[in-house]
Amino acid sequence: MFAFIIRRLLQSLIVMLAVAFISFSLFNFVGDPVNNMVGQEATAEQREALRVQLGLNDPFPIQFARFIGNAVQGDFGVSYRLSRPVSDVIATRLPATLELVFVAAVLALVIGLPLGVYTGLHRHGFGSKVLLTLSLIGISLPTFLIGIMLILIFAVWLGWLPSFGRGDTVQIGWWSTNFLTVAGWKSIIMPAVTLCLFQLTLIMRLVRAEMMEVLRTDYIKFARARGLSNRAVHFGHALKNTMVPVITITGLQIGSLIAFAIITETVFQWPGMGLLFLQAIQFADIPVMAAYLCLVAFIFVVINLMVDLLYYAVDPRLRVERSGGGH
Amino acid sequence: MTDSTDDIIVTRSLWFRFADGLRRFFDGDVFYSFRHSPVIMVAFAVTVLYFLLAFLAPWVAPHNTYDVMTLNLMDGFKPPVWEAGGDPRFLLGTDDQGRDVLSTIMFGARVSLTVGFLSVLLAMVLGIVLGMVAGYVGGKTDAIIMRIADVQLSFPAILIVLLIDGFTRSVLPRGVHEQLALVVLVLSIAFANWVQFARTVRGSCLVEKNKEYVQAARVIGLHPALIMLRHVLPNVMGPILVIATLGLASAVLTEATLSFLGVGVPPTEPSLGTLINVGSDYLFSGSWWITIFPGAALAVLVLAVNLLGDWLRDALNPKLR
Amino acid sequence: MAIQSDTKPLLEVKNLRIEFPTRRGVLTAVDDISFDIMPGEVLGVVGESGAGKSLTGAAVIGLLEPPGRIAAGSISLEGQRIDNLPYEKMRQIRGRKIGAIFQDPLTSLNPLYSIGRQLVETIQTHTDMSESQARRRAVELLADVGIPAPERRVDQYPHQFSGGMRQRVVIALALAVNPKLVIADEPTTALDVSIQAQILDLIRKLCKERNVGVIIITHDMGVIAETADRVAVMYAGRIAEIGPVRDVIKHAKHPYTHGLMGSIPTIGHDTEKLTQIDGSMPRLTDIPRGCAFNPRCPKAFDKCFVDRPELIQVEQTRAACWLYEKEAVHG
Repeated sequence: MFAFIIRRLLQSLIVMLAVAFISFSLFNFVGDPVNNMVGQEATAEQREALRVQLGLNDPFPIQFARFIGNAVQGDFGVSYRLSRPVSDVIATRLPATLELVFVAAVLALVIGLPLGVYTGLHRHGFGSKVLLTLSLIGISLPTFLIGIMLILIFAVWLGWLPSFGRGDTVQIGWWSTNFLTVAGWKSIIMPAVTLCLFQLTLIMRLVRAEMMEVLRTDYIKFARARGLSNRAVHFGHALKNTMVPVITITGLQIGSLIAFAIITETVFQWPGMGLLFLQAIQFADIPVMAAYLCLVAFIFVVINLMVDLLYYAVDPRLRVERSGGGH
Repeated sequence: MTDSTDDIIVTRSLWFRFADGLRRFFDGDVFYSFRHSPVIMVAFAVTVLYFLLAFLAPWVAPHNTYDVMTLNLMDGFKPPVWEAGGDPRFLLGTDDQGRDVLSTIMFGARVSLTVGFLSVLLAMVLGIVLGMVAGYVGGKTDAIIMRIADVQLSFPAILIVLLIDGFTRSVLPRGVHEQLALVVLVLSIAFANWVQFARTVRGSCLVEKNKEYVQAARVIGLHPALIMLRHVLPNVMGPILVIATLGLASAVLTEATLSFLGVGVPPTEPSLGTLINVGSDYLFSGSWWITIFPGAALAVLVLAVNLLGDWLRDALNPKLR
Repeated sequence: MAIQSDTKPLLEVKNLRIEFPTRRGVLTAVDDISFDIMPGEVLGVVGESGAGKSLTGAAVIGLLEPPGRIAAGSISLEGQRIDNLPYEKMRQIRGRKIGAIFQDPLTSLNPLYSIGRQLVETIQTHTDMSESQARRRAVELLADVGIPAPERRVDQYPHQFSGGMRQRVVIALALAVNPKLVIADEPTTALDVSIQAQILDLIRKLCKERNVGVIIITHDMGVIAETADRVAVMYAGRIAEIGPVRDVIKHAKHPYTHGLMGSIPTIGHDTEKLTQIDGSMPRLTDIPRGCAFNPRCPKAFDKCFVDRPELIQVEQTRAACWLYEKEAVHG
């Protein structure tokens, strides 16, 4: 188990280094950072001085090492667009995105999992067919369209919910949270619902497919032949066996929630990292792009590690593999 | 009976073989399932209709929305005909520039489908080639290709496309980027979607690789890769068709999303996503038709294609029935 | 024979027909078969794949997979009809009165639960035993099926057992609450040849000890010869011949059974060529008129192509073959 985790950590480290390398290459080869920092009227001497000061004349590996050293300390330089340290900008945006993603992920799991189990168990039932059709419509509607429709209905026509922004937030240290005010909750409902819909249908369809697959296995037939109750067969035996793929995909889905948050944040003008990233792309704000990339990669890597650890909890075959249990 | 069959086999023409294949198809499970689900027939008809309208847009659209000369700002913000103030010339109303919404939808669908179709085609070719190389060569090559695939699969397509777009935007001068926007878009969507094709082909390759006919082909000096191409491809045709169909739906959605975010197709060639984006500015002032109709058009297209893909997957996989 | 005829049969299957509705019409997979089993008796059901033997087993335990359905006939256990019971009633009979052993021990056990847990849940489903009682019973069962160090092994997971050991666990699960009848569907097919005999001995020994009736479903006549008391030979959804194992093996009446016997190699007769039946069993979609075996039968005559033969008593066995019609009339 320990060796497995070490191996996984090493792999994660390699992924992080690769992403850092891409970010670093963005910095170095896309445009001239000096041009971005000094004005057009700067003299050649001034430019050269800045180059030396920034270490741009150093050999490539040293520059890369320095980039990584800075990145580990959270230093990604200064945003071209906002003229503020990237770390500050991100720190103000990160809580908004993470809270949005958290609520969306919880919604997707809490609703998607039971619906998937239900449609998997009663696959010829009327309810399943309705749910499946709805889920297909859910997958086919673009996120941004759903967001716009929600705004039109609940903000413009009914006036129940705010159409943009985070509403009232409460500051806890550097973290600003939506969860402590009514207005905050009201603001997060529509973005979170919009963001979760696609993931929800995906989880539902995945659980359904896995459930149907597992229900065909011999051990389920054997469990029935032993006279176990439907409840025990479905939830004790079948559901647990669907968990490994479901955990994998759910992990991946949380990752894509962060990416899809870009769209949701644009529609609802939600002041998170996604909106920041989109603006960075449109302005070619490389430091912010690089920082976002590294941060997202880091979050992905952490999620993947958690997924691996969950496997251990679920599947005994992995637990014993390394300690050499008798065969 | 047998005699005449023998005769036919001897004189069997290409046309006959084609007709035979056709007959077997219409007699097969897939077609049976098609004929017995009205929803799928409708979805198929809708998809075909979209392709036709998109392809023929310059000829069948009531107005040519690319022709600035025909536009009249006085025609702007006209509601659909059935609403008060509707103009019979503009069935679904007009947008802020006075363009006919129905026509912009046809031209928009043309852009959306072109981008979607080309990117899926490219992803398919890329995926099949890489999958076959990975599966056939194996070893380090396989490990590297599949590792890249794994890492890429864990990054959502939309993020990859955004990154590529952001990258080209910073590298290329603004004008060049606008011109190349469509190409960049197709390339990046394709690049984000090859993995599934590659995995399927690789899996089938690994199975076929050790079969005797490949060994035999090697013995008689034929290039085994050639033989495998002939045997692996037919095997994976079904899954590939399914992935491609569902991929088309998701590519159209990705394109629309990017255009909505303002990083997709250039505004001079609006796709459905661009239309929704532009229209959403006027949504709250009451001109709902500018955004709702392109939105509905997009949703119906994607839904139809998704339905087809979903059905195809079940129809080709008898285990699930 | 005489002793058994006094007691009531444990299981009676009468005129059972199993159908599959398909889009090209209804297929009859099992057609009008009848047999019964006495307590403690081992009945072998033998036939090629597709002969309907596994479906018969599934029907008895009430686990026919839709769209398959029992279209006619009845199945009675200890005099009570069980083929038309509601799901919940039938569930209480499964495991409690009818145990099952499946073909592949590698896939029959849930990989995520220890075998102890799977035994305990089976026992607790059907009895009022407490957790600790059930666990003690589980350890006993494992000892009964010949698993060494059962106290330790009970907490291990299926992947920690070899194939043969897993099949022993499956047998323990089938016998966990002392059922009256066990259905073993190809119990040794997936196992190494060296282990097959051990497992068959174990099934036979345990069932004889506990007076449990057994249906062993197999395509392997050798398994039948080794284990069963009586044998039913199935062909294309019908019983071709049924009778005591010794008689069927030594004096096969039906030409199909004869062919089957000819295909078993026997020690001491190595000079004799193994015979083989030409052709293959017809598909359910095109079963010929008359006797289903007629295209392959070396002795087929006019009547075989017109009418279906019913089972006819011939000496100790009964065979569905027109060859014996006259004898039946005379005898």
